[in-house]
Amino acid sequence: MIELSGVSREFWVGDQPVHALRGLDLTIPDGDYCSIMGPSGSGKSTLLNILGCLDRPSAGSYRLDGREVADLDDEALSEVRRHRIGFVFQFYHLVPRLTASGNVELPMIFAGVDRVERAARVERGLAAVGLTARAGHTAEQLSGGERQRVAIARAVVMGPTLLLADEPTGNLDSAAGAEIVRLLEGMNSRGLTLVVVTHDPDIGRRARHRLRLADGALVSEERGPGAVP
Amino acid sequence: MNARDLVAFSAGALRGHRLRTGLSLLGVAIGVASVVLLTSLGEGARLYVTGEFASLGTNLLIVLPGKTETAGVTPFLMGAPHDLTIEDGQAIARRVRSVSSLAPLSRGTAPARRGERRRDVAVIGTTAEFLGVRHIRLQTGRFLPAFGQGSEPAVCVLGSKVRGELFGGANPLGDVVRLGEERFRVIGVLAPRGISLGMDMDDMVYVPVGRALKMFNQTGLARLLLEVRSRDELASAEQAVRRVVAERHAGEDDVTILTQDSVLASFGHILALLTAALAGIAAISLTVAGLGIMNVMLVAVAERTREIGLLKALGVTRRQIVSVFLVEAAILSTAGGAAGLAAAFAGAGLLRGLYPSFPVQPPSWAVAAAVLVSVTVGLAFGAAPARRAALLDPIVALARR
Repeated sequence: MIELSGVSREFWVGDQPVHALRGLDLTIPDGDYCSIMGPSGSGKSTLLNILGCLDRPSAGSYRLDGREVADLDDEALSEVRRHRIGFVFQFYHLVPRLTASGNVELPMIFAGVDRVERAARVERGLAAVGLTARAGHTAEQLSGGERQRVAIARAVVMGPTLLLADEPTGNLDSAAGAEIVRLLEGMNSRGLTLVVVTHDPDIGRRARHRLRLADGALVSEERGPGAVP
Repeated sequence: MNARDLVAFSAGALRGHRLRTGLSLLGVAIGVASVVLLTSLGEGARLYVTGEFASLGTNLLIVLPGKTETAGVTPFLMGAPHDLTIEDGQAIARRVRSVSSLAPLSRGTAPARRGERRRDVAVIGTTAEFLGVRHIRLQTGRFLPAFGQGSEPAVCVLGSKVRGELFGGANPLGDVVRLGEERFRVIGVLAPRGISLGMDMDDMVYVPVGRALKMFNQTGLARLLLEVRSRDELASAEQAVRRVVAERHAGEDDVTILTQDSVLASFGHILALLTAALAGIAAISLTVAGLGIMNVMLVAVAERTREIGLLKALGVTRRQIVSVFLVEAAILSTAGGAAGLAAAFAGAGLLRGLYPSFPVQPPSWAVAAAVLVSVTVGLAFGAAPARRAALLDPIVALARR
């Protein structure tokens, strides 16, 4: 359960304050499928970073599963990101020297999951995104769509409850993009809360919970069945 | 995360950048190798020189004709030095009680012949006392007559090398060797001794001192070797010798007297300084290697900004990120250090093979210091980049393409 109330975020560019978010109130229930749309600079990414505990609000309160994020120190925030949150990025952010397996294994290495368990989970994760045959390929040897599928497997390998996707199809052709959306929605249908930031209205309107930002403020919020259930 | 996974991850990151990793390993290796090799050379020189002088024996006084002036007095005001004669030696032996043994020494080169075999040899003129004073053993036969016996027979003692070259396997005792124009009967052979004080003791022929002076037409001795009864009497013996010589040389103190201690002390001092200077130079190269590590790590952090951002998004803590980079620096410096040590020991072995008499032995303190310093330097110079990595803003890091 995500609860934002009065969340603002300002940056200082020189001595000019930039209001990336202005007093946002928002609730995202568990298992929700939420899309965030809006023009460039509307604060979508800032909102996603705050939801992902990579950034903190300048003002207001962000409660994740009832816990106030502002009260958490770096160590505790890392803990939250490690176990609760999975990220999918527009540019995949695979570690180039590692194979598909190595990339999926990465979060588990730092979480201290033991070797045998890691191997089993990597195998299951790659199978779930249909890349078992590509396990030994490095990032450069994979297509864009395959890279993003590896990134999705990596995002969910620690069993998070919240999956945050920042323009996940922004760099893909429509066929590969559709595959990624299908995978993400599959995760959502198994209970993960899915939040997608996108420019693409076709993808945005699929969500059950649709947010539109402009100038750091929520300008519309719709709930209801998505365009494609 | 456990240590094994951490090391594996860091090692993987280093393997991912082979050229950069290789170059910085090389830097550390060169630094460590130069510390160890240069100090071994310095130590080797010190050991060599002290070994040479230690073989003299601690109670030895060496009297040389002429004064080695270090005070800057104009030498020609003092006139030509008097010769150091056999009679001077006899006077010292008689009047300086603390001198327990005294061997005169003259030297020259003469052609030696025995049958068809002939070669030039170094000839030492001395007396029976020489054996004890220089700690030399006979292999067979006997040595020259004692000092001050008056009559000197035409006998000689061979160094082991000369014996081998002139006689081969034959027994030389009683046989005759021609030195220059004179014939000498061989009465003994020395046990092999090797090079001492720059003289190959095995490659010499020893004859009675008076005969040597005559053979080479010399009026004075090359030196007197004096053994003093005890160490405590060295200083007083030196004074007494000076007095006796001055009396006999028209009141002039015109000899130089060396003791093992004085020679060792001055050489030891110079050579310790040399070793320190070499170590200093080497330490600079080790510091440069450390800067190399720092540079590599800074480049790694800059190049892997996105990876660091990703790690943060994946919930990797700052402490873990610091560990990753510190472990990378540690791997670089220990692996480089190990390679450097291997190179240094190989180099020292090679030098020992080429110059067997020169003891090039990496001193253990230098080995320990080089390893310790390289690891410390690696970690110290790795700390700043690691900290920089840990403090990266993940959003900025991830936004980099």
